[in-house]
Amino acid sequence: MNKNITQSKGHFMTALSRLFRKKIAVVCIAILIIIYFSGIFAFLIAPYEYTAQDYSNIKKPPSIEHWMGTDRAGRDVFSRVLWGVQNTVIITFVAILTGSIFIGVGLGLISGYRGGRVDSLIMRIGEISSSFPDILLVIILAATLRPRILGFIRYLEDAYNINGLVKTGIVDYLVISLALVSFGWIGTARLMRAQVLSIKQNQYIDSAKSIGASTSRILFLHLMPNAISPLVVSITMGMGALVGTEIILSWLGLGVQPPRPSLGRMLLEGGSISVLREEPWLLIGPGIVVFLLIICWNLLGDSLSDVLNPRTR
Amino acid sequence: MWKYIVGRLVWIPFLLIAVAFITFILGRFGPGDPVEVMMGTKYDPVVAERIRSEMGLDKPVMVQFYKYIQSASKGDFGESFRFRGRSVSSLIAPKIIVSAKLSLVALLISISIGLPLGFYIAHKQGTWIDPLIVSFSVFFMSIPIMITIPFLLWIGCLKTNLVPCSGWGGIFDSRIIIPALAMGIPGVAGMLRIMRATTLDVLGQDYIRTAQSKGLHFFTVSTRHVFRNSIIPIVTILAFSLAGLLGGAFITETIMGIPGIGRFSVESIFNRDYPVIMAITLIGATAFVIANLMADISYSIIDPRIRYK
Repeated sequence: MNKNITQSKGHFMTALSRLFRKKIAVVCIAILIIIYFSGIFAFLIAPYEYTAQDYSNIKKPPSIEHWMGTDRAGRDVFSRVLWGVQNTVIITFVAILTGSIFIGVGLGLISGYRGGRVDSLIMRIGEISSSFPDILLVIILAATLRPRILGFIRYLEDAYNINGLVKTGIVDYLVISLALVSFGWIGTARLMRAQVLSIKQNQYIDSAKSIGASTSRILFLHLMPNAISPLVVSITMGMGALVGTEIILSWLGLGVQPPRPSLGRMLLEGGSISVLREEPWLLIGPGIVVFLLIICWNLLGDSLSDVLNPRTR
Repeated sequence: MWKYIVGRLVWIPFLLIAVAFITFILGRFGPGDPVEVMMGTKYDPVVAERIRSEMGLDKPVMVQFYKYIQSASKGDFGESFRFRGRSVSSLIAPKIIVSAKLSLVALLISISIGLPLGFYIAHKQGTWIDPLIVSFSVFFMSIPIMITIPFLLWIGCLKTNLVPCSGWGGIFDSRIIIPALAMGIPGVAGMLRIMRATTLDVLGQDYIRTAQSKGLHFFTVSTRHVFRNSIIPIVTILAFSLAGLLGGAFITETIMGIPGIGRFSVESIFNRDYPVIMAITLIGATAFVIANLMADISYSIIDPRIRYK
């Protein structure tokens, strides 16, 4: 067992050092860390509240006081972008963790390892949800789930006497994450299943079985570590698309509800022709952040696939 | 092979019924009572009850669903809640045609930029040109469409007045330029990558070396041997590209005021017009499933090494 750990660590470290040799990857990791940290700690970093209005500074271009200018209600765009990033970051993180990693990897492992009826059941369900035009399913779910979840959270508030649960925005987070999870798990489940099917053929799985290793031990100690590389690549590449989908949802008004700021809604408000003519900074500020977020995930995914893909080594 | 195709074909109706069922349930348990939506401010409980029994909405959900599937399989998707007296088919048919035209032009843009570029950079593997162009394509892929369109509008309409700012006039109208560019350019990255990969694959084959070593001109080898063989697998990703265009269509059509299916489905979702949403989802799913099947089949025809059981 000890040998196994040191080996996988070695593989991991070599991959990491190869990744850090790529300048693009390093820059992207740095940018992502900055964006994620400033989003998560928006309450510390943001110079103003997202609802704070400054009536003497309405529709002002970027200045030292307001780094990205102010909008039509005199609110600081930079602060609103930070809070919007926080929403996007939390939602995409929850969706990738539950959907792709937890459900997707779990079902993929079971499906590939067990085979038979369980396998075909899981794959059939996956086929059904992947035959929806995915963005349409996400939109329908986001539109229809909200009242149900809102009702459920209200019921929780009343039943357990918790106040302000709805106000925290937890409803929005739940609705959007659920909608994103609905199709997010299929890709990783299929990938994981294919990996397991091929790794299962190896002799070391047979020998582990023959010395009486438990199923969970085989799954998590022998199969998972060997299937992890393509998984990391696919999840990193999927993050960009996931962020994009979250932004589409909030752009359509199905995401985080005002007054909480969301990047999609800011892009919607900044993107109309009249605003563009008068106050282009309303689009430029949030636009650059969204763009950096998506391109960095995409480029990082590319670099990772170069590094981890054995064929291009 | 035939067994595989027949098996897939038999499975399709079940898939579609499952898709219809999920959408149906979401619609039934979603917000808004359809009768309330229909009557708007003139809501009257007695009349509402009558409409409900007329439309069969008072029957159990499974009965309603069975009736729906029965008529939907004949191509009758019922009547729109929002536009009284209009059948769903008559509402969405012209919109699908508009969207299909727009997607076609967008797809042509992706193909006509992506394929030649991918073919070119595969020959430049190892030089600085290859990673540069790949990075550029990722750059364009990463700009969300709700930023691309305002940017293109700003250049094409506000600053230079080359094209009108919104509207729709068919394929041969200058108003298609901005939406088609905005939807087509993100797709370049995908095309370019696949083309690059397949070209590299073909370039490494023995028959290319044979062609080169028997003294054929570089141009002949490129066009007759490399290009012809590397273009084939592209067919298989066209299906997925069309599906990817749908996501952009929602936003593009809404911003540009194009009367297509993307904008209409967004409107219908906000109007709680469930018959329309059901029909759009079902048609979309049918197209998607069939495109997938065709991709898989063409894959095994093109590459005989792939055999389905």
